[in-house]
Amino acid sequence: MRGRALLLAAGLAAALAYPLLVPNYLITVGMLIFFTAFIGQSWNIAGGFAGQTSFGHVVFFGTGAYTSTILQVTYGWNAWLSWPAAMAAGAAVGWMIAVLSFRAGLRGSYFALITLAFAEVFRIVSNSVPFTRGGLGMLIKADPRPENFQFRDPIWIYYLALLLCIVSILIAWQLTRSRFGARLVAIRENEDAARALGIDVFTEKVKVLTLSGAMCAAGGTFYVQKYLYIDPSIAFGVEKSVEMLLVSMVGGAGTIFGPLIGSVALTGINEITRWLAGVVPALKNVQPLSLIVYGIMLMLIVARLPDGLMGLFRRSAAKPEQRRA
Amino acid sequence: MLDPAIIFAGVLNGLLAGGIYVLVAVGLTLIYGVLHIINFAHGSLLMLAMYAVFFLWRLLGIDPYVALPLVIGGAFIFGFVLYRLLIGRFSHGRDENILLLTLGVSIVVDNAALLFFGGDTETIAVPYAGTFVELGAAFLPLPKIISFVASVLLCAGLGIYMAKSDTGKAIRALAKERHGARLVGIDVDKLFAVSYGIGIACLGAAACLLMPTFYVTPSSGYAFVLVAFTIVVLGGMGSFTGAAVGGFLIGVTESLGGLFLGEQLGQIGISLIFILILLFKPTGLFGGGR
Repeated sequence: MRGRALLLAAGLAAALAYPLLVPNYLITVGMLIFFTAFIGQSWNIAGGFAGQTSFGHVVFFGTGAYTSTILQVTYGWNAWLSWPAAMAAGAAVGWMIAVLSFRAGLRGSYFALITLAFAEVFRIVSNSVPFTRGGLGMLIKADPRPENFQFRDPIWIYYLALLLCIVSILIAWQLTRSRFGARLVAIRENEDAARALGIDVFTEKVKVLTLSGAMCAAGGTFYVQKYLYIDPSIAFGVEKSVEMLLVSMVGGAGTIFGPLIGSVALTGINEITRWLAGVVPALKNVQPLSLIVYGIMLMLIVARLPDGLMGLFRRSAAKPEQRRA
Repeated sequence: MLDPAIIFAGVLNGLLAGGIYVLVAVGLTLIYGVLHIINFAHGSLLMLAMYAVFFLWRLLGIDPYVALPLVIGGAFIFGFVLYRLLIGRFSHGRDENILLLTLGVSIVVDNAALLFFGGDTETIAVPYAGTFVELGAAFLPLPKIISFVASVLLCAGLGIYMAKSDTGKAIRALAKERHGARLVGIDVDKLFAVSYGIGIACLGAAACLLMPTFYVTPSSGYAFVLVAFTIVVLGGMGSFTGAAVGGFLIGVTESLGGLFLGEQLGQIGISLIFILILLFKPTGLFGGGR
C-alpha cells in the first residue's frame, strides 16, 4: 500500500514537472495522452466497470463539442459557462440512449451496435442541419485569453488535461469503493444474477451511461477549445469511438489506470511509427500503421489478456494483489 | 411531390441495389445463424474483396464478372483460414469479445488497405457501363441488371445448396443444435470454418457484382457494415428469407431516402430503421428469438 502511494506521488510529480523540461511539441503530446486517457475513462466507466460495451461513445463527445461551440458562437456564451451546459447535454443524451436501449432489453453486442447507429444518426443530422453549419463545421474565434478557455502557452492546456485525467481517475477509484460501483461490477459479471440479488439493473445502467455521457461531453468541449474547430466527422465519426474503446481495452477495461496506460501505449506506438516513417520512406503513411499495430493489440488482448496491460503488470507483480471489490 | 415516374425509377434502382445487398446480408446472417457470432469485420472484408476485383481488372485485365468464380473461391479460402487461425480459436466466452475481435480484424484490414492501396477512390470502367436498358419510365444501367440477376441466381444456388447438399444439411443441423450435431458425428469445428468461409465467399461474389457500378475506398467497409447489419436485424438475425426481404427493403429505403431527403440526410433512413427495429422488434420480421 505504502509502495503504491509512493509510486503515485512520484508519477504525479513527474507529470507536473514534465512540461517545464521538454519542448512545446512534447508538451502537446503529453496533453494528448491525458486527454485521451480522460475520454477513455469515460468509456471505461460504462464499458469496463459496468460491462456495457459501446461502439458509438463519440456521440457524447460530439454532443459536448457542438453544444459548447453553438452556445459560444451562436448565442455568445462565455466558454467556461458553456462547459457545464455541454456536460448536461452529454448526460441527457446518455440518459436518453440508456433508457431507450435498456428498456428494450438490449445487451452485449446489440447495445454496442445501437450506440454505433445513434452516433451515425447524430453525424448525418449535424451534417445536414443549419444550426451546426452542416458539413462546413464550426470555428470558434481565436482569442487566447484564460477567461475564454483559450491559452497562448500550451502548458496551461496541458495542466488542464492532467487535471481532467486525475478527476476521471478519482471518479473511477470512487467507483471501486462505492456500493454503486459494486453493483455495476455485479451487473457486468452476471446481469440475471445481479437482478436476482435485488439490484435494480435498469436504473444502475441508466445512471452509469448518464455519468459516462457527461464526462465524455466534457472531453468534447475541451477538444474544441484546444483546436477551435469541429465538424460532423470529427464530432461523430467512428475514429474517436474506436480510440476510446482501444485505450481502455488495451490498458485494461474495468481498471482505474487502464485508460491512462492504454493512452500512453497508443501515443508511444504513434511516436515509434512516426520515427519509423522517417527512417523507412515506404512507410510514409503513419496513421494507418499505428492503427494496424493497435488493432493487432486489441485482438491479442481479447484473446489472451482480458485485463489488458494492467493485468500484465498485476501478474508480474510479486505479491498477488487483491482484485477490485 | 415528386413525379411518380421518378419515384418508380427510384424504387427500381433501389431494388437493383438491394439485390446485391441481399448477398452481403446472407453472408452475415449465415455466420450469425450457425456460429452465433456477430461479424463486425463483414464490411471490411467486403472492401478487401472489392480491391481484389479491382486489382484483377487493373493488373490482369480480368472483367469483374469473369472474375466471379476466382474471387468467390479466394474469399472462401480467406474466410476459412481466418476462422481457423483467429476467430474460431478465441471465440470462447462473451459475445462482446467476438465483436471486439472482429472489430480488431476490421481495424487492421481497413488501415492495411489505406497503407498499401492509398486513400484514393478506385473504379472499374467496364466497356458496357454506358449501356442503358429502358424499362417503363426508367433507364437502368445494364451492369446493375446483370449484377441483380447474378445475385438472385447465386442466392438461389446457395439456398439449394444449403437445403440439399450434405454439407448444407450438416450446417443447418449445426445451427439448430450444435451438441446434437457433434453427437451424430458431424465435424463441428471444420463446419464452423466452412460456414464462415461461405459467408465470406458471399462477400467475394458481392464484390464482383458491385465493382462495375460502384467504387471502392479503404473506408467502403465502414459504409457497408451498418447497411449489412440493418438488413440482417430487419429481417431477423439468422433468417435467410429475412435477409432477402430486408435487402430489398433497405435498397429501396436508401434510394427513396436520397430522392426525398437529399444526398446527405437521405442516409439517415438506414440508421433509423436499425435503431427502431432493435428498440421495438429486435427479433426482426422473420426472426425466431435472439
